[in-house]
Amino acid sequence: MLLQKEMIGKHYRDLASAGDEGSKVVYTFVPGNLTELMGSFGVLPVLPEINALQSGMRKLSGDYISEAEKQGHSEDVCTYVKCDIGMLKKGNVGPTGLKLPEPDLLLLSYTGCFTFMKWFELLRQEYDCPVAMLHVPYQADGRIHDHHRDYIVEQLESEVIPKLEQVTGRRFDEERLRQRLALSAEAENDLVWVLESAKNVPSPIDAYFGGVYYIGPIFTAFRGTQAGVEYYQTLRAEIEERLAERRGPTTPEGELEEERYRLVMEGPPNWTSFREFWRMFSEEGAVVVASSYTKVGGLYDRGFRHDPERPLATLADYCMGCYTNLSLPARVDLIADYIREYRADGFMINSVKSCNSFSVGQLLMLRQLEERTGVPGGFIESDLVDPRYFSSANIKNRIESYLQMLEQKRGTAA
Amino acid sequence: MNIFVGVDLGSTTTKAVLLDERGTIAGRGITNSRSNYEVASRVAREEALVTARFNLVRNALVADSELAGIADGFVPLLERTFRREQYRDQLRRLRGELHRSGDRGRRSQSPTRLREVLDLIVDEMDERADRHFGALAVRKSDFFRDLAGGDYMALAERFAEPGGVEFETLSGLFDRAILPVENSVSETPMEELVGRALDAAVGASGPRGGAAAGLELAVARVRSTPLEELSSVGTGYGRQRLPFPKEQIRSEILCHGLGAHVMFPATKTVLDIGGQDTKAIQVDENGIVTSFQMNDRCAAGCGRYLGYIADEMNLGVHELGPLAQQATTCVKINSTCTVFAGAELRERLSLGQRREDILAGLHRAIVLRAMSLLARSGGVREEFTFTGGVARNPAAVAALEQLVAENYGERTINISPDSIYTGALGAALFALSASRKAA
Repeated sequence: MLLQKEMIGKHYRDLASAGDEGSKVVYTFVPGNLTELMGSFGVLPVLPEINALQSGMRKLSGDYISEAEKQGHSEDVCTYVKCDIGMLKKGNVGPTGLKLPEPDLLLLSYTGCFTFMKWFELLRQEYDCPVAMLHVPYQADGRIHDHHRDYIVEQLESEVIPKLEQVTGRRFDEERLRQRLALSAEAENDLVWVLESAKNVPSPIDAYFGGVYYIGPIFTAFRGTQAGVEYYQTLRAEIEERLAERRGPTTPEGELEEERYRLVMEGPPNWTSFREFWRMFSEEGAVVVASSYTKVGGLYDRGFRHDPERPLATLADYCMGCYTNLSLPARVDLIADYIREYRADGFMINSVKSCNSFSVGQLLMLRQLEERTGVPGGFIESDLVDPRYFSSANIKNRIESYLQMLEQKRGTAA
Repeated sequence: MNIFVGVDLGSTTTKAVLLDERGTIAGRGITNSRSNYEVASRVAREEALVTARFNLVRNALVADSELAGIADGFVPLLERTFRREQYRDQLRRLRGELHRSGDRGRRSQSPTRLREVLDLIVDEMDERADRHFGALAVRKSDFFRDLAGGDYMALAERFAEPGGVEFETLSGLFDRAILPVENSVSETPMEELVGRALDAAVGASGPRGGAAAGLELAVARVRSTPLEELSSVGTGYGRQRLPFPKEQIRSEILCHGLGAHVMFPATKTVLDIGGQDTKAIQVDENGIVTSFQMNDRCAAGCGRYLGYIADEMNLGVHELGPLAQQATTCVKINSTCTVFAGAELRERLSLGQRREDILAGLHRAIVLRAMSLLARSGGVREEFTFTGGVARNPAAVAALEQLVAENYGERTINISPDSIYTGALGAALFALSASRKAA
């Protein structure tokens, strides 16, 4: 966790000095991010939703959201967007207190979230820079077809790569891309090992609250880098040790002593009260063994790896394969599999109304999952980074009630 | 007698239920929650112990062939006498607090004059106690705050001017004095008050000869029966502050599910509309919760909404339902936001719409909100049990019956007159089963 924090900190420092160093900067998103391709051009990525969640964790988001609402953004708009716009309007100082550079290119590499398009339309009004948009087809029938892949590769060749060449003044170097993709795959293997370590009972990790720290580097600037590979080696070694010593996951209160409930979690976490939210689970001995949120940047645990042998096609598959690009039946299949594979006692949905990519269909999923697995689901509501929508007493009440319900069911089954 | 205690701390009222070893309800108590949950919990528990004592008296009388005939008259008399004694005890404390507050402030009136007026008021309140607790008395509320507050304000209005004291001064003193009275427990032990009531009731009840001696003996036996609390479980919003260890605290969702199951064993779906939240609960054939839904980002359309509307209309909350039932048409109210509802209400009134018709619309709006939670939780299954304070409101019940029939077809809707105790009953059942498991 410390190494991860240091990496993220360094990235923000690199961004702050980008202007002095002459580095080019690209604004892009986590789902479908083309980090290896950007890296092969030597550009630095800025990820607005990461800025927003970091601002949320550092208690800065409330002011930014008010600022955006002052500019006319409705209460119902995604709070990541409002946090980002507010931050921009207040001087574009990043969550670590360092100024963020202006973009040389706005690269929208994922359209599975409609809001992303609107978000970049807003950014385009602010910055005088080129925009590259990659249209990513939705996996309507739950799988990727060849024509989907061809369609994306064609856009990479005709739209994204030329724009990157134009901005950086460098020619596309396929070999450099291949090298980065190979590094990605190495780190991805270790990440999957770490996430799947939660199949052990008791689990050595929490795959949601802990999981967001584990996915940080690979979903952001560090995929396809040596630093990323080393991070996941270190992480894996740490978890291997933890597992060998039969130690429980790390929690805000130290190590978890007794695993009482194993849960699968659907939906993003709340960031403004992240540790408090985490404690509501850990204090009851509830461990999240698998989560959909940690798959927003790719479903590596279902077999996907970046493949240096097919550099552009693999990027296309990656863009289409992130969790929120899955159809509802595919999401239900995935979570049902998790419940079984990870021997979960229950699953819980944290529903964030302002995040349509996640929240649409969650009640239907809840019912279908209960029917399919026979495992009871819980449902709570909060928000991403709007501190006004975290009603602590109610959420705690709901979580406790849910866990007591699991306990009571266990009692009757025994 | 061994007893098992369940306490349900709600945002409006705190309830306690006592069970005996067979799981039969031995006593129940209720009080307003105030801002002090610990006192509320203690008072509700003591109230429940008192009713347990009265039930013992009833059982003792019914079991005795010579006394069985007087049980129906004696026990209500006993309760009334006790309530009157308890009320007077609280009045004594109120008088003390009024004096203390009166002496503290710097006012234009002389402190002696103020004290005189306060004493006049409280003396008169004391005399009126009999009226509140007479055989045919209809009380608007059972809580001291409401009963005493009503009398005090009326008397303050009467005595202020002739006494040369401002009404505002008097009403301000009441607001200050009522808090310490509510937030502390009387120094007179509850058992002593019960004893006094028993003596008074025996004296007043009238049987002569052998029956009188039998009654005295039965009462003496009940007085000396110890009520021993073997275990207790707490639930409700203030449960973290109840003086129980963590394993003796249960979520009110589980408690409501189990309580509803015990009241109506065929229950599959439970709707609870409480002061600050609405819960839709599905239970299995053992009363175990299988799924539930609550509203956590917004509390619109809860019991508190009705409280607010009542305040806006200058009515008691219990008056809303009956008034709404006199509606000839149901005005469509869109907002279940408690704050907006006030504006919508005034708007409708200014348009000349009838109060009754608007109220009917407000009740329907609340129930519509609950319907959405019910749908989320898995629908309304047969049988359906409605609990919580709002279940006592006939207009809310009528709206619910109609909407359930429209959406799910005919369903048996169970409402217990004691539905307010559902959560506390569930908690007491958890206490009993924990104790059985431990044995």
